[in-house]
Amino acid sequence: MQSRQEYYVPHGSYWPIMGSIGMFSLLGGFASSLHGNTIGTVAMILGFGVIIFMVFGWIGQVIHESEEGDYNLQVDNSFRMGMGWFIFSEVMFFAAFFGALFYARELSVPWLGGAGNNAFTNAVLWPDFKSVWPLLNMPDNSNFSVPKGIIHAWEIPAINTLVLLTSGATLTWAHWALMNKNRNQLIAGLALTIMLGIIFLGLQISEYFEAYQHLNLKLSSGIYGSTFFLLTGFHGLHVTLGTIMLTVILMRAIRGHFNKERHFGFEAVAWYWHFVDVVWLLLFIVVYWL
Amino acid sequence: MSTTTTDLQDEIDALGKSHDNHHHGPEKGVMRWIKTTNHKDIGTLYLWFAFIMLLTGGAMAMVIRAELFQPGLQLVEPQFFNQMTTLHGLIMVFGAIMPAFVGLANWQIPLMIGAKDMALPRMNNWSFWILPFAGAMLLSTLFMKGGGPAFGWTFYAPLSTTFAPDSTDFFIFAIHMLGFSSIMGAINVIATILNMRAPGMKLMDMPLFVWTWLITAFLLIAAMPVLAGAVTMMLTDRNFGTSFFDAAGGGDPVMFQHIFWFFGHPEVYIMILPAFGVVSQIIPTFARKPLFGYSSMVYATASIALLSFVVWAHHMFLTGMPVAGQMYFMYATIMISVPTGVKVFNWVTTMWRGSLSFETPMLWAVAFVILFTIGGFSGLMLGIAPADIQYHDTYFVVAHFHYVLVTGALFSIIAAVFYWLPKWCGRMYNQKLAKIHFWWAVISVNILFFPQHFLGLAGMPRRIPDYSLQFADFNMISSIGGFVFGASFLLLTYIIVDCIRNGERVKEPRVWPSAKGLEWTIPTPAPYHTFDKPPGKELILAESSHTGAH
Amino acid sequence: MLGIRISPFLSAKNTSLFNIVNSINNKYLNIIKYFLIPLLLSPQFLFAEYAINLPKGVTSVSRNIYGLHMTIFWVCVAIAILVFGVMIWSMIFHRKSRGAVASNFHESTAVELVWTLVPLAILIAIAFPATRVLIDLENTEKADMTVKITGYQWKWQYDYMDEGISFFSNLAQSSKDAIDNADNRNKLDHYLKEVDKRLVLPVGKRIRFLMTSNDVIHSWWVRDLGVKQDANPGFINDAWAKIDKPGVYRGQCAELCGKDHGFMPIVVEALPEADYQTWVGKQKAAQKAREAASGKQWSKQDLMAQGQKIYSSTCASCHGVTGQGIPGVFPAMVGSKIATGDLKKHINIVLNGKSGTAMQAFGKQLGDADLAAVITYERNAFGNNTGDVVQPSTIKSAR
Ligand code: HEA
Ligand code: HEA
Ligand code: HEC
Ligand code: CUA
Ligand SMILES: [Cu+2]
Repeated sequence: MQSRQEYYVPHGSYWPIMGSIGMFSLLGGFASSLHGNTIGTVAMILGFGVIIFMVFGWIGQVIHESEEGDYNLQVDNSFRMGMGWFIFSEVMFFAAFFGALFYARELSVPWLGGAGNNAFTNAVLWPDFKSVWPLLNMPDNSNFSVPKGIIHAWEIPAINTLVLLTSGATLTWAHWALMNKNRNQLIAGLALTIMLGIIFLGLQISEYFEAYQHLNLKLSSGIYGSTFFLLTGFHGLHVTLGTIMLTVILMRAIRGHFNKERHFGFEAVAWYWHFVDVVWLLLFIVVYWL
Repeated sequence: MSTTTTDLQDEIDALGKSHDNHHHGPEKGVMRWIKTTNHKDIGTLYLWFAFIMLLTGGAMAMVIRAELFQPGLQLVEPQFFNQMTTLHGLIMVFGAIMPAFVGLANWQIPLMIGAKDMALPRMNNWSFWILPFAGAMLLSTLFMKGGGPAFGWTFYAPLSTTFAPDSTDFFIFAIHMLGFSSIMGAINVIATILNMRAPGMKLMDMPLFVWTWLITAFLLIAAMPVLAGAVTMMLTDRNFGTSFFDAAGGGDPVMFQHIFWFFGHPEVYIMILPAFGVVSQIIPTFARKPLFGYSSMVYATASIALLSFVVWAHHMFLTGMPVAGQMYFMYATIMISVPTGVKVFNWVTTMWRGSLSFETPMLWAVAFVILFTIGGFSGLMLGIAPADIQYHDTYFVVAHFHYVLVTGALFSIIAAVFYWLPKWCGRMYNQKLAKIHFWWAVISVNILFFPQHFLGLAGMPRRIPDYSLQFADFNMISSIGGFVFGASFLLLTYIIVDCIRNGERVKEPRVWPSAKGLEWTIPTPAPYHTFDKPPGKELILAESSHTGAH
Repeated sequence: MLGIRISPFLSAKNTSLFNIVNSINNKYLNIIKYFLIPLLLSPQFLFAEYAINLPKGVTSVSRNIYGLHMTIFWVCVAIAILVFGVMIWSMIFHRKSRGAVASNFHESTAVELVWTLVPLAILIAIAFPATRVLIDLENTEKADMTVKITGYQWKWQYDYMDEGISFFSNLAQSSKDAIDNADNRNKLDHYLKEVDKRLVLPVGKRIRFLMTSNDVIHSWWVRDLGVKQDANPGFINDAWAKIDKPGVYRGQCAELCGKDHGFMPIVVEALPEADYQTWVGKQKAAQKAREAASGKQWSKQDLMAQGQKIYSSTCASCHGVTGQGIPGVFPAMVGSKIATGDLKKHINIVLNGKSGTAMQAFGKQLGDADLAAVITYERNAFGNNTGDVVQPSTIKSAR
């Protein structure tokens, strides 16, 4: 592979406009389906299909160009920055939900219980309410599903922590193999990581099942359920995405794509995976443990 | 400096020639615009999109001003009035100002840092092409059952959750798309600036427009995802039974405001920092003097950006925050005046003992400095927490933010267009007409917004379709100013279209003889591909606006 | 469609200024005369008393705020004169056309330090009085009496916590009648700033206000009292005022709260202590009388008449005067499944509202007689000729 001297500026492409149309259809369809419009559901599924097609097509083209040697190190660097800052934006997205959890635990729930300058809030509006966390009894239970209990940290979540931490290690092991040009070990490392990802997701699903079926802990269980499911749910979504991306990387590794100097695709996904790991650690501490 | 001027001239000439040997020109027809990966094409698309949105949002403002022309309800129902206010704010912010700055960034950043294109050209195309779809989704809500969003551009819960029509979910996804586009755009700007600079260009050699955009891009990446989080919580509160913003479930409607303003305050600086950059380019050109205090400009911009993340609750002094919180947010807020003041003083000092001339871009830049400062002063007044009790949610606030947004952000965009348009299209606009337009706009905009200070102090709340008789006179004056200012945009449209189609040809690379910067070293009009070979170190230094090479 | 109105534009002669301009009455001048207003205005400033500034108000807090406001204002003016002065000076004297030659200076750490530190010092100087006022106005302890204020879409409820008095305060009918009618408007002294029932308060007493809301966020604002505080659903904020002077003080809701946010005025009537006590006595007597009314049987005619009154004051803001509602936001009463169907459901939704929507629980707001009347009205007006008659006793047992 010979890489170019000049910065590669790709020629015109249909992928972006396809992505926009897909996104429009997916989100517009979703919004209509929320209000019982079946055409909306169809549009949503179609849009999703278009996006999947676009993602694979676009990334496929990038891989192709990369394999053709169109990219020089400067292009590689742009990709790195792009991925890095994209992950930072994800950090900020999670920060909003962590912020909501913090606010609920430290401010709004205590206030409803009369803390700070809110003595009247409790005395006049919610005289029967006591501030505790996790919040199982809402100020007004009538519109919510009242949970019977919470998910304890030292059960499935602790196992999951172990699983994810291990997967971080196996991925690093794979990277290490890549640097040492040990392809079999690279493939094994990736496969192990993917497996651990799938185990994590399986356990997470069984935990949700437990919450909904046995604990009556739902999205609609007041602020505790809201923060719990949105934080862990978005994390789970990221693990899912990460697992899919790792699978693609595994395929590429099997085809012999990466080498010691040039393996941005691998690294990008590894960064992503570690980011998802770190988010989980935070989740484990503030959502399950404390 | 070792190289002589003639050497540099040779290099400049070479830049002019290098473009025509191996590149394709643009594709033909609409496909050119849909598929393009060229930063100039994409910049043009952004700018036209922003302009159309400006007219759309402006037309809504005209509806607002017409209804407020006199007391009573004449033209629209209150519910529709609220939709106009909301969409006016949203469209101006997300549809006009932000895309216009991204358009300027697309056109100018590669030219100013000597790069061949943006760092991630295909993604650049996607950032743009999300916008028309997001805009369409947002505007389509107007035609849905129950009407469009009517809860203000700040969409406070629970008015936007429990009490809003079904169309709100479309609004939520439109915001998601706009945010996604902005984040990708910002990533591209950062990657371009950090990775694509001509080899000899150090960060502290960069023109200020590039600097301000670099910092703005950081703000965007940090703030937009938080907005996405806020609308996501809205979505689940509305449809999936969560209770983030509902006290009955342990949430708090005020929490929405915290999350929103954690985005919202940086957002207003997102709309002003690139404006600072534009003005910092224009003033030295027409003062024929290097920019005063280049490095303090950079540090001031960075301080404003950092501070902007820790002052958000100055929009929330009346929400019942504990008094210690109010004190902290008051102190932090008024602190922003210091770095902003540094910038104002630097501009004024740049003009001091210069050799000033007042071509159209300079007129707009000077108007910017004066009127933005006025807006800044009212901002400072709003920042004093106890005084904000009387100002909050009145027309005093409306006056404040239109001074910083219209005579600030929008004026700087107009200034930028008049500054760089000849470079882009190789034609000069009708300068006489442009000056007439300037005076027309600058006078009418003050008739439009200055009386709103009085209205606010006299007690008129914002977001109302009807008011008591004591506010009649100033409202009428303001409306008249509004119509006159609105009509000035018809002239602006004419000037720009006329320039592009029949303007007098300009061949000089340096359209403004006193201008410095790499963008003035390439041929006019800017060729489709520029800087295939990056400019050399000497040229970069000679063109930097602040090293005293004038 | 889209909520466009058809009533004629430019119908009113509301103000003195308007009268002057309107005395020009020529087909062509009519068009340009509105552009003359800015010019006409300058003498107006000299003669007429235009409110262009905050009032000093009638509480210590509002006076402190006024003082603070004026201080910052003059500070800003001073800085503006300095900055713009320098700028305009160079714009005049350092013009190229005057032959000015540009100097080349572009840095001076000393100067930059000065203009960083001096503004900082000014800000610190402002922060001291601001902090003092802030701490004072947030201190709601040691109150003599407490009034709880609840915001509703779109009216205020006042509960005198110590007296047991409670009532709603709506936009006055006279103002409602003037929204579409310029002649009515010109007859009013306080268009949109008058209510059907004022908040009566004693002077010289330290009054604590507790603000909350039943639905969305509202904000209770009376400038002369120096009070503006958000009313958040589910939480209580407080504020206080000690009114110095008897008088009538007006304000309005200051947080966008939906369609009729602009039609949610506040009127405070401050009375000397003795007059206030008389008023309290009267209120208590009236409350007793109202309770008695729910016992008797009503004729359909009386119910319809009373029902129309209640409907237009309480329900029409959402469901429309003619019962047409706003599609997608507020359901129509005309042909409504509930208002023409099962009576029990109808009584239930009016009594208990529907949680998660704007439909409030009117059982807590209206007496049995009024509820019976308004339900009877809804079932027989707008072409909903069900013929049903609902008696207060039915409501009482449905509660
Ligand atoms: C471009 C946009 C922009 C900019 C730059 C600013 C700048 C500032 N804004 Fe503004 N603001 C808005 C857009 C903007 N704002 C919008 C849109 C809203 C309303 C949102 C809504 O509710 O819909 C708003 C509302 C708003 C509020 C809330 C008001 C309320 O709702 O009650 C406050 C309160 O503190 C505030 C403060 C400030 C301050 C202190 C600055 C400072 O940055 C200003 C600093 C500048 C100067 C002070 C002038 C120059 C300085 C000198 C010459 C130095 C010497 C001066 C001194 C030492 C005094 N703004
Ligand atoms: C970001 C930029 C921005 C810009 C550029 C503007 C521009 C203008 N704004 Fe904007 N405004 C906001 C941001 C902006 N605004 C925000 C954020 C709000 C708060 C919203 C909220 O409360 O939620 C607001 C609210 C707001 C209000 C308060 C509404 C209320 O509280 O009820 C008013 C009232 O006068 C107003 C007026 C105007 C006017 C007259 C212009 C003019 O400058 C517009 C001039 C431009 C034109 C007129 C375009 C020209 C159009 C044509 C040529 C087409 C045809 C023309 C005609 C039919 C005349 N705006
Ligand atoms: C602030 C707005 C508001 C006010 C004031 C209001 N309503 Fe409603 N009303 C609603 C809304 C919103 C609904 C729809 C609730 C739903 O989604 O089912 C509703 C529903 C109803 C219904 C059921 C209609 C149907 O067909 O579903 C009746 C009957 C009704 N209201 C009667 C009244 C009466 C009587 C009053 C006054 C005493 C009143 N409303 C005042 C907002 C209001
Ligand atoms: Cu109540 Cu606005
Ligand atoms: Cu702000």
